[in-house]
Amino acid sequence: MMVKALINRVRFMGNGVLNISAGVGRAAWFFIHVLSWGSGFKAPFKRLLQQVYQLGVLSLPIVLVAGLFVGMVLALQGYHILVGYGSQEAVGQMVALSILREFGPVVTALLFAGRAGSALTAEIGLMKATEQLSAMEIMGVDPFKRIMAPRLWGGVITLPILTVMFSVLGIYGGAFVAVEVLGIYDGSYWANMQNSVEFNEDVIKGVVKSLVFAVVVTWLAIFHGWNATPTSQGISRATTATVVQASLAVLALDFILTAVMLGGF
Amino acid sequence: MENFAELVDLSFSRDGRLILDRISLQIPKGKVTAILGPSGTGKTTLLRLISGQLKPDSGDVMVDGLSVPGLSRNDLFALRKRLSLLFQSGALFTDMSVFENVAFSLREHTRLPEHMVRDLVLLRLQSVGLRGAAHHMPSELSGGMARRVALARSLALDPELIMYDEPFTGQDPISMAVLVKLIRTVNDQLSLTSVLVSHDVEEALSIADQVYVLSHGRIIGKGTPEQVRQTHSPELKQFLFGHVDGPVSFHYPSKPLEQEVLPL
Repeated sequence: MMVKALINRVRFMGNGVLNISAGVGRAAWFFIHVLSWGSGFKAPFKRLLQQVYQLGVLSLPIVLVAGLFVGMVLALQGYHILVGYGSQEAVGQMVALSILREFGPVVTALLFAGRAGSALTAEIGLMKATEQLSAMEIMGVDPFKRIMAPRLWGGVITLPILTVMFSVLGIYGGAFVAVEVLGIYDGSYWANMQNSVEFNEDVIKGVVKSLVFAVVVTWLAIFHGWNATPTSQGISRATTATVVQASLAVLALDFILTAVMLGGF
Repeated sequence: MENFAELVDLSFSRDGRLILDRISLQIPKGKVTAILGPSGTGKTTLLRLISGQLKPDSGDVMVDGLSVPGLSRNDLFALRKRLSLLFQSGALFTDMSVFENVAFSLREHTRLPEHMVRDLVLLRLQSVGLRGAAHHMPSELSGGMARRVALARSLALDPELIMYDEPFTGQDPISMAVLVKLIRTVNDQLSLTSVLVSHDVEEALSIADQVYVLSHGRIIGKGTPEQVRQTHSPELKQFLFGHVDGPVSFHYPSKPLEQEVLPL
């Protein structure tokens, strides 16, 4: 009995590992296929623009408002810590660096996964469940090119732009709290920031991070839609999987990217 | 007689259950071939094998001289531009209007100017009686109307082979009569090849040139409609005339009822 239970355990674990590897393999195969939007892809620019609107413009309200509040809260918290050392003038530097390096890319990617990623998964999953993808295939139109590719590229283009907008709003939100509410001299808020923020070091690296997040989040979202079990519960599970996996991936990747960019530990 | 499509000794199983068991059938060019059979005997599966959406376990599918399971993805999509399949569910694109649904393949595969697309779409919709519904969304249509739009859509690009999956289900008697006639006239006027999967025996027999009857993954009868009608095979007779008792079981395979409800 004991041995049998043990063997079953091992078998169960092995099965789990096999399933995970198969899933990773499928996702990789899927990614490569979606990337190739070569021949037979009509009106790519129009489709792309449509997705930039769907994924980007419609995400603007949540991203901008979040950016504003994150910047405001950072300035408030930072001020109360820095004032103990008498260096509250450095709050501008603190707000800018933390937003450009971390909060901008990470928070925007998390919001994007929740707003746009879940919508992508649900949309594609429902197309699959109602046989629309199948119908497209039969009509000789490759859904990878017609449906998936513009969405992937739309996401990859959109998220870095959203991140930049988030950061700008965050820095202005910080300025509002620091200068207008807490009474720091606005010259020192901006001058401290200007002295410490390096364009290549801070701004570019933040954008690079958000580019990586964009690929991962959009890829996961369309893959889970395409891979969804075509039932109502299947689609709900796929949507959840997108948000959970994309968020965890963003946080884990952020740590790895930061470590690499700072040049090790 | 030249065959447009052909299944050669083909088997297909799903989740360990054999759906099609070494089937061979020929679909001659320019004819209407009806494939009849009770629900769940793999008729839809058969169409998906012809269109290359499923791959057989063994055997071959030939369409216009090409072996479908061996085609590359690009060649398969090129071949599919010449095929068409009317889905059981219609499978209309829910985010596009009726007009855009029918225009879809014209826009994807041709560079026709807008006024020609418009005329072609309206003509197709006219033939299924839904020109007036061109600007409705699919969600505003009844099931039968959606199926007719789907039919217009599958004819839009003048395919060489068109496969109808249960086109008569959910149609009222008038649209049923129109559809039956339409399938026949479209086939003759555009000289295409039609495959009609159905379990509406009378309608299918009235327009088909040849008939295959499928049951439990095997072909239990074939021939012209007259030959099939005059059959003596008990299996075939039971299906054609809808007898309750006979060799074909109404029940999905399972263990005996006594064992399941009266455990000892």
